[in-house]
Amino acid sequence: MDELVTLNRRELLKTTTGLLTGWVVAGSPLALIAPGRAWAVDLTTLTSSEGAALMSMARTIAPHDKLDDAAYALVVQAVDSDAAKDANTHKMIREGLAELGRGFAASPENERVEALKKIEPSAFFQTIRLKTLQALYSSPIAYAYFGYEGEAFSKGGYLFRGFNDLRWLPEVPAAESGPLPDGA
Amino acid sequence: MPRIEFQDESAVVIIGSGAGGGTLAHELTTRGIKVVVLEAGKRQSTASFSQVPGAAFLQLTWLDPRTQSGDWGVAKNFPTLPVWHCKTVGGTTVHWTAATPRFEPWELRARSTYGRIPGASLIDWPIPYDELKAYYLLAERRLGVTRRNGVPGLPASNNFKVMYAGAKKLGYQRVHTGHMAINSRPYDGRASCIQQGFCVQGCKMGAKWSTLYTEIPRAEATGNLDLRIECTATRIEHGGTGRVNSVVYRDAEGREQRQKARVVCVAGNGIETPRLLLLSESSKFPQGLANSSGQVGRNYCHQIIGFVWGIFDKPVSSWRGATLAGVVEDEVRNDPSRGFVGGYRMELCTLDLPTFPLVGLPYGWGRDFASILENYRNMAGMLINGEDMPRAENRITLNHDVKDSFGLPVANVHVDEHPNDQAMRKHAQTQMSRMYEAVGAKRVVLGPVPPATHNTCSARMSVDPREGVANAWGQTHDIKNLFISDGSALPTAGSANPTLTIVALALRQAEYISREMKANRV
Repeated sequence: MDELVTLNRRELLKTTTGLLTGWVVAGSPLALIAPGRAWAVDLTTLTSSEGAALMSMARTIAPHDKLDDAAYALVVQAVDSDAAKDANTHKMIREGLAELGRGFAASPENERVEALKKIEPSAFFQTIRLKTLQALYSSPIAYAYFGYEGEAFSKGGYLFRGFNDLRWLPEVPAAESGPLPDGA
Repeated sequence: MPRIEFQDESAVVIIGSGAGGGTLAHELTTRGIKVVVLEAGKRQSTASFSQVPGAAFLQLTWLDPRTQSGDWGVAKNFPTLPVWHCKTVGGTTVHWTAATPRFEPWELRARSTYGRIPGASLIDWPIPYDELKAYYLLAERRLGVTRRNGVPGLPASNNFKVMYAGAKKLGYQRVHTGHMAINSRPYDGRASCIQQGFCVQGCKMGAKWSTLYTEIPRAEATGNLDLRIECTATRIEHGGTGRVNSVVYRDAEGREQRQKARVVCVAGNGIETPRLLLLSESSKFPQGLANSSGQVGRNYCHQIIGFVWGIFDKPVSSWRGATLAGVVEDEVRNDPSRGFVGGYRMELCTLDLPTFPLVGLPYGWGRDFASILENYRNMAGMLINGEDMPRAENRITLNHDVKDSFGLPVANVHVDEHPNDQAMRKHAQTQMSRMYEAVGAKRVVLGPVPPATHNTCSARMSVDPREGVANAWGQTHDIKNLFISDGSALPTAGSANPTLTIVALALRQAEYISREMKANRV
């Protein structure tokens, strides 16, 4: 969880333009891997209110009610990083968020969905949609939340860790399956 | 300095190091023939394979620009990535999922079996099945294929248990953990599978066959291989007689180099192989090399591929275990009463969490989209792998409006689906949905057509030189010392995943090339 607890804190030494903060929700999967932590994501290009609007946008695109804000903050961080690298991207995001308006982040979900449907064909929306899917589901927070265990080579694979532990259906006859390797 | 001199005219130059190129290099060097392999990608190893899905994708994938057109689903869902194959030593055998079925005898007689299909450019293979079968037997031993030669099958995973139970409810008979080039026990100096589920990121156990750590190092051990990595072939040149005599390429520093050659074998995957032939146009061959028929790039096939996901009340944890180790083969038959010709396999499949929403699901967002992800743990998956119809206008062409980093026109991939393709996909999706529903799925999700991975037939073998690019040995009809050595040479796509057939054809082609070289015919 190094990625989370540092959350770019070293960037604080530089000038930051915005900041997103939160607490890990007690009892959430994230709490198991980052107990008792406050988190903060520094933005280097976008403002705090732009960050908050983007976070709300990411939650509307991929709404997982019990998934911690910290997971969505990583999406905002990824967008901020793209904006920092390319002035055109920054402009597109700034203008796209301006078009959504100041009230977007705080508005109810059905209104946010309607607002996004109106801009769905835009490069801005499509960029944020793709970035949300790329960044949201690839973080350790998401792995924990969705129960995905990720790479297993470092742990000896899933051979001893449940690759065939499903018990709610009949076992496959030996002729159509295969033997476990020696020692398994 | 290269180990084989640039001016050495005795070498065979192979472009690409995957299933075709890597196998061919091993076979030729073992026979004492000097070989230069030009590989555009870098060299990874089981130690260097990334286990972060996004990073692994960037590490292994051919990401140079391409364009696409046509009505296929890929154009809509993946506009910048029409195909998904590798750019690395070992080629696409690094990320393949190692399913190794054979073609059926009747699939080799596609035109005769299916009859005249309007809008399709079917042909029969120039190779009798029995002859190909002899090389299948060799290839299966080489790869250590499960359920062949006494090699046991892989053990059933959770994901396969769901597939198996559903298939049995529908009365399917030919259901098992597949013919796989993944070791079910230690074989050929490689370890057995530990069910990591990271086949696509490169098998860190080396349990999955890849030319990267089998054929290539063995070819190197002969002392006859000069493998040049990060070297991208840009042009094949010929002399006054029309024989090819050298390959121009860019090396890792971007410098142009020219390697003389006695024989040139193109094995750059189904997109780059025809592109290179087209890029090599000259005053003598204004349509590109080996293209007097106009067939280079045409008849491009990619097989009918599509995901089906079943969501259950209980956990499946489909990511645990060999990704593709499971198959239903009952629909591999030609039965036009189903509404289409040709057959399809239903194969086990899953995607890691980061990749799943990007590749496995149709475009979407919002509550419904997210609700599928919420069920990731309880999800089983499989895919259709079926024969698509070759069409003259489904083709690889040069797009002169878009250039690669060397300033050369990129490949455009054009696919308009044949009605047969659509009917087959619909049938398969229905059958797979019924399988999952029969064992209690609360929801079935049909995935999009993913970027094409089985790129074939774009420089096909044919009896009639007007219908294809190469003869029964992959030797081009027009130029005797120019060979097609990858999936581009397949005359039709069949319903079998292509790699085993590519390897079998490479083994067969190697015998032919060495024989022809000895007899001074090439």
